[in-house]
Amino acid sequence: MINASLKELSAALAQRKISAVELATLFLNRIERLNPALNAFITTDREKTLAQAQRSDDARKVGAGDTVAFQSKAPLSGIPLAHKDIFCTQGWRTTCGSKMLANFVSPYDAHVVERMATAGMVTLGKLNMDEFAMGSSNETSFFGAVKNPWDVSRVPGGSSGGSAAAIAARLAPAATGTDTGGSIRQPAALCGLTGIKPTYGVVSRYGMIAFASSLDQAGPMAKSAEDCALLLTAMAGFDTRDSTSLERPAEDYSRDLNQPLTGLKIGLPKEFFGDGMDADVRSAVEAALDEYRKLGATTVEVSLPNSALSVPAYYVIAPAEASSNLSRFDGVRYGYRAPEYTDLADMYAKTRAQGFGAEVKRRILIGTYVLSHGYYDAYYLQAQKIRRLIAADFSAAFEQCDVIMGPTSPSVAFAFGAKNADPVQMYLSDIYTISTNLAGLPGMSLPCGFGNNNMPVGLQIIGHWFDEAKMLNTAHQYQQVTDWHSRMPEGLA
Amino acid sequence: MSATKWEVVIGLETHTQLKTQSKIFSGSSVAFGASPNVQSSAVDIALPGVLPVLNREAVVCAIKFGLAVGATIAPRSIFARKNYFYPDLPKGYQISQFEIPVVQGGGLAIRVGEVEKYVHLTRAHLEEDAGKSLHEDFQGKTGIDLNRAGTPLLEIVSEPDMRSSAEAVAYAKALHALVQWIGICDGNMQEGSFRCDANVSVRPVGQKEFGTRREIKNLNSFRFMQQAIDFEVQWQINEIEEGRAIQQATVLFNSDTGETRAMRSKEDAHDYRYFPDPDLLPLEITPAWIAEVKASLPELPEAMKARFESDYGLSAYDAATLSASREMANYFEETLTAAGRENAKLCANWVMGEVAGRLNKDGMEISAGHAVPLAPTLLAGIIRRITDNTLSNKMAREVFDALWVGEEKDADAVIAARGLTQVTDSGAIESVIDEVLATNAKSVEEFHAGKDKAFNSLVGQVMKATKGKADPQQVNDLLRKKLAT
Repeated sequence: MINASLKELSAALAQRKISAVELATLFLNRIERLNPALNAFITTDREKTLAQAQRSDDARKVGAGDTVAFQSKAPLSGIPLAHKDIFCTQGWRTTCGSKMLANFVSPYDAHVVERMATAGMVTLGKLNMDEFAMGSSNETSFFGAVKNPWDVSRVPGGSSGGSAAAIAARLAPAATGTDTGGSIRQPAALCGLTGIKPTYGVVSRYGMIAFASSLDQAGPMAKSAEDCALLLTAMAGFDTRDSTSLERPAEDYSRDLNQPLTGLKIGLPKEFFGDGMDADVRSAVEAALDEYRKLGATTVEVSLPNSALSVPAYYVIAPAEASSNLSRFDGVRYGYRAPEYTDLADMYAKTRAQGFGAEVKRRILIGTYVLSHGYYDAYYLQAQKIRRLIAADFSAAFEQCDVIMGPTSPSVAFAFGAKNADPVQMYLSDIYTISTNLAGLPGMSLPCGFGNNNMPVGLQIIGHWFDEAKMLNTAHQYQQVTDWHSRMPEGLA
Repeated sequence: MSATKWEVVIGLETHTQLKTQSKIFSGSSVAFGASPNVQSSAVDIALPGVLPVLNREAVVCAIKFGLAVGATIAPRSIFARKNYFYPDLPKGYQISQFEIPVVQGGGLAIRVGEVEKYVHLTRAHLEEDAGKSLHEDFQGKTGIDLNRAGTPLLEIVSEPDMRSSAEAVAYAKALHALVQWIGICDGNMQEGSFRCDANVSVRPVGQKEFGTRREIKNLNSFRFMQQAIDFEVQWQINEIEEGRAIQQATVLFNSDTGETRAMRSKEDAHDYRYFPDPDLLPLEITPAWIAEVKASLPELPEAMKARFESDYGLSAYDAATLSASREMANYFEETLTAAGRENAKLCANWVMGEVAGRLNKDGMEISAGHAVPLAPTLLAGIIRRITDNTLSNKMAREVFDALWVGEEKDADAVIAARGLTQVTDSGAIESVIDEVLATNAKSVEEFHAGKDKAFNSLVGQVMKATKGKADPQQVNDLLRKKLAT
């Protein structure tokens, strides 16, 4: 059951082979047993989870007269899911991985949480993450680092590291994640999972604690593209509460999964296949491309000439927005407040000095600096111009191809502490993922083999705006002829 | 005493609270006076994860204003974040408009006495208000009320076109009347719906460059505005004349002492780190939307004034006075409609004279929510009885007073009840005159001796004998005729 796909779980529930309560219990028990070694969950609440599972079981009973109808209306009902702790969840502690919100219980549900609950999915708990989603290794969490289930001496990637580790260790069949510069795709790659960051605006950001508003986008993480398609169909949709949410007709992201890939044109940006990539990653990615050629796809070299500028532009725009977004954490209305202070300014200073971790403070400082009078034009405006150039590069590339492929991350999962000393080294972990966020494009990662030390390697697929269904089709067809996505770390049975 | 003559330069920034149902970026009510924090939603208190959604009603208000002052309505304007920390600013930034405001340019005419002047506007932009810090009720602590946080404001910025405190007040009054006229603001200054900051500087007459300005914050009455600017101007002149340079600063006016005092200097000025708010899309206003709003606008005061002059033959002064507020203008026009257009001047005199005076005496205003005790049709009834010579002016005022306090249902009823019909029968008046002349031989003698006062005394006697009912003009004419014979 722990290795089952969402479709299989859905069928098992429909056929009454298992109840939602039993399924939730099974995963809760695994969490209880395995989480202490992995630290993937920050919060679990058996009572709340089982109550929600019971409601799904009750709903199924009411709908029992017509199993087919219930199943088609609520295919995900009763399937457990865990939320990244960046999503406000009513009645649940929602920490964002920070001391600042360590005791914050949200009075409302994020749109994503609401959508998944409406679909009947059962919340298993809240997942660990880099503090305020700032990090690529999950080492910045106030609640301690998450361990990679493939090798607990290594990082799971970040910032959705808890989501990735939980699924890899089969503590949850699926999870929500968010991706500002690669935070779904990089941990998916490092933990051997499939995850998709949709086009900016496809999933509402309401209730998702903001890191960098113009880049943040929620998406699903799971074992396979097929699972992600089901989850994204439930998650996506227009929301009047988010002005950047796009008003488009609802989509069934599973609709094209079984299309053959004959004639698919895959663009390979020469900038993604340069010196920055480790050899083990390169050979796994190239083997995957060979597999795609066997499936009938052709490859063409494309160029994204400004991609070298994506990391510097990102590290201006994202901190700038973050410095402002995180101003609300001031100790006045909720969250952490320093226990002792002399006056208002001192309260602010101590609260924020004590409540935020080092990486968050670094980014607030960078962001404050680049927005300051006299520096704004040189940094923020320049970065915005680069952003437009990067989007134009992609548009030009998509005239030659249907999807773009390359590595998700330049290396497999690294050891704890390996990149802590030099933030720039850490920032370069996202060198292949950041440009899609800057362009607002959809991007996904799927497992394509194993590299050094038998650690998973991720293949990245980048699509044109709103091409999620095509990307999921591309990934699914590959997963029909490979089994990387169904591999599971040893010793976690 | 220095011989230098000084010129005062004033520009105003006015925060106008828009009359919308809900806040500018959330669905919370904006009603005044609710218990602290009950009108603050998740968005208003800036919970983690919440997002702003623009209230279109606030945009409509901005478009109305732009149209009313002949400004350009930007087809695309940008909301920006103004970043600073304060406990009553929940997000740690205020959403405002910075580089590209929704209303650009325009202006309005002001009058000081008989002198008319056009004040240019720089811009008007939409923004949200902050909450309130309550320092009084909490010993050693500060309470925060976020009911006001997110209330929609239109900040209207004038060019430095005013040259005296009187002009500044005239501009503020004209603006105050206009925003109420077009229905975008309730104009309640006590509740903070209309507050002004005045940028004040002085320069020697003839100098082109502006002097260094100081900004007087939060002036919430016209009287305080005048006092504050006058004090500030004198202070600045004294400083310069005593050899001290003016430092750019923000100052507060203390209404108890009548003085302005620096709150912070330019050096302490915040770096607000403005940048476009990534949570909001650019505000796009199509020509069709503007046309739709334009169709809903009432006739504007300037147009109405011109119409009063051309259609009713009123003087510029009368037309301006009557179009000072929409309620006053409506009252006048309703009176006119009932009394007849040929009586326009008389209607104008009565509305500006008796009605305005009586309202003033009773501490009332013609404004929304205050019905005038005397309906325009009733006033028209009085006016008709003046023009048909039933009532003398004195009698008319008596009828007016009676109707004002609700006696009788109309002018004719008062006339009937009090027997107020004016005597216009010349035979009757002549017989009274004969009687008066007979019993006041001394006055007659004095009149013939050239004493004009004696004539007035005789008129008075006649009026007294007719209990004031005789038409005074008729009495005059008949008396002169009699005395001449």
